[in-house]
Amino acid sequence: MEIKILGPGCANCKRLYGEAEKAVAQVGQPATITKVEAIEEIVGYGILKTPGLVIDGKVVASGRIPGAFEIATMITTALAKA
Amino acid sequence: MSLATAAPATPASADTAGRRALGQALLLLLGAAAWWLVYSRLAAAASWLTFEGLGLVRRTALGSAVEFFLYEAPKVLMLLTLVVFGVGIVRSFFTAERTRRVLAGKREGVGSVLAALLGVVTPFCSCSAVPLFIGFVTTGVPLGVTFSFLVSAPMVNEIALALLFGLFGWKIAALYAGTGLAIAVVSGLVIGRLHLEGWVEPWVYGVKAGAGGPTEEALTWSGRVAAGREAVRDIVGRVWPYVLGGIAVGAGIHGYVPQDFMASFMGRDAWWSVPLAVVIGIPLYSNAAGIIPIVQALLGKGAALGTVLAFMMSVIALSLPEMVILRKVLTLRLIAVFVAVVGTGILVVGYLFNFVL
Repeated sequence: MEIKILGPGCANCKRLYGEAEKAVAQVGQPATITKVEAIEEIVGYGILKTPGLVIDGKVVASGRIPGAFEIATMITTALAKA
Repeated sequence: MSLATAAPATPASADTAGRRALGQALLLLLGAAAWWLVYSRLAAAASWLTFEGLGLVRRTALGSAVEFFLYEAPKVLMLLTLVVFGVGIVRSFFTAERTRRVLAGKREGVGSVLAALLGVVTPFCSCSAVPLFIGFVTTGVPLGVTFSFLVSAPMVNEIALALLFGLFGWKIAALYAGTGLAIAVVSGLVIGRLHLEGWVEPWVYGVKAGAGGPTEEALTWSGRVAAGREAVRDIVGRVWPYVLGGIAVGAGIHGYVPQDFMASFMGRDAWWSVPLAVVIGIPLYSNAAGIIPIVQALLGKGAALGTVLAFMMSVIALSLPEMVILRKVLTLRLIAVFVAVVGTGILVVGYLFNFVL
């Protein structure tokens, strides 16, 4: 499972990264979390507001910071669909 | 007390949902009452604490400064919390995606006005400036209209309006909102007229408009209240050091700067005070919450309203950090034009106020 955090490096993006890490630990599913900071790449996902959260190529949240619990739910939903 | 923020569960019955909604409404009402009780007693409490509690002497510099701080700090924070909460709820009705849909393809005049108005209610943070700009511009929102949004969003925000209203009354808040919107609309129109699309960084227009964000679900009232609380946690949580810092500076000015000191170089008769205020404002960065207490102290010391407003707008709207961020998508020439147009608008507003009031 591939999780990406989209953001140019402001405090919110770091917070989202932290929440994503916690969520992955909660779910226990092996996942790589990468931070995408290049604007050109971020924009390619079509989000209007950073930070953005991408799970396996699909944008699941943008412009807000879902808590670890919510992210964990998103991860399990994505797993169920796979 | 925890309001559901996770994926909405199906209520066991309409009855449960109804009772929960009633419970929430009661809690909100109680909260509002408590807020009002505390708020209306702040001035008296600050006075008592400073002069009876701490034993400071009235009318001394230290006494004035401390009383100012003890009154203004909780007052501003409480106002801020109330307004951010309320606006957080209002904003749950508006998203950036919806704004973009509304603005795409609109004609310049109508579009600029709409963009300026939407800028007030659409949530916006500086770091989102770039994806937002690109997102708008590549999906058919004219350049000028996008700029109207970019000017009004940070400048005419609910925090500034709330604080101005609380500290100076509705007239000044309305004036600030009105002139801020006017500057946003005019700047957008001017930039649109100049047809500067060629001055946007070339790679921007080549970006493929991505798939877009997740599909928006309609929020329940529970979700909206949660959005309000989240906004308070987020915004007040980030901004309170600036607010306290700003109030501390304001307290210092209030207590220690002689009564008409500011009048000498920020007063109405110093014609160069307005351009100076605008120029000083550019490298300074503060959100509205931090700067308004300073503004209040300055005004109290004889600074002219126009000059102070110009200073405030310049700090918020022409912020160097935001310019640096926008450098990724705008050529230096376009940034210069942007600063010039908005700066001129602010200048005009400053002079107007000094002249008229």
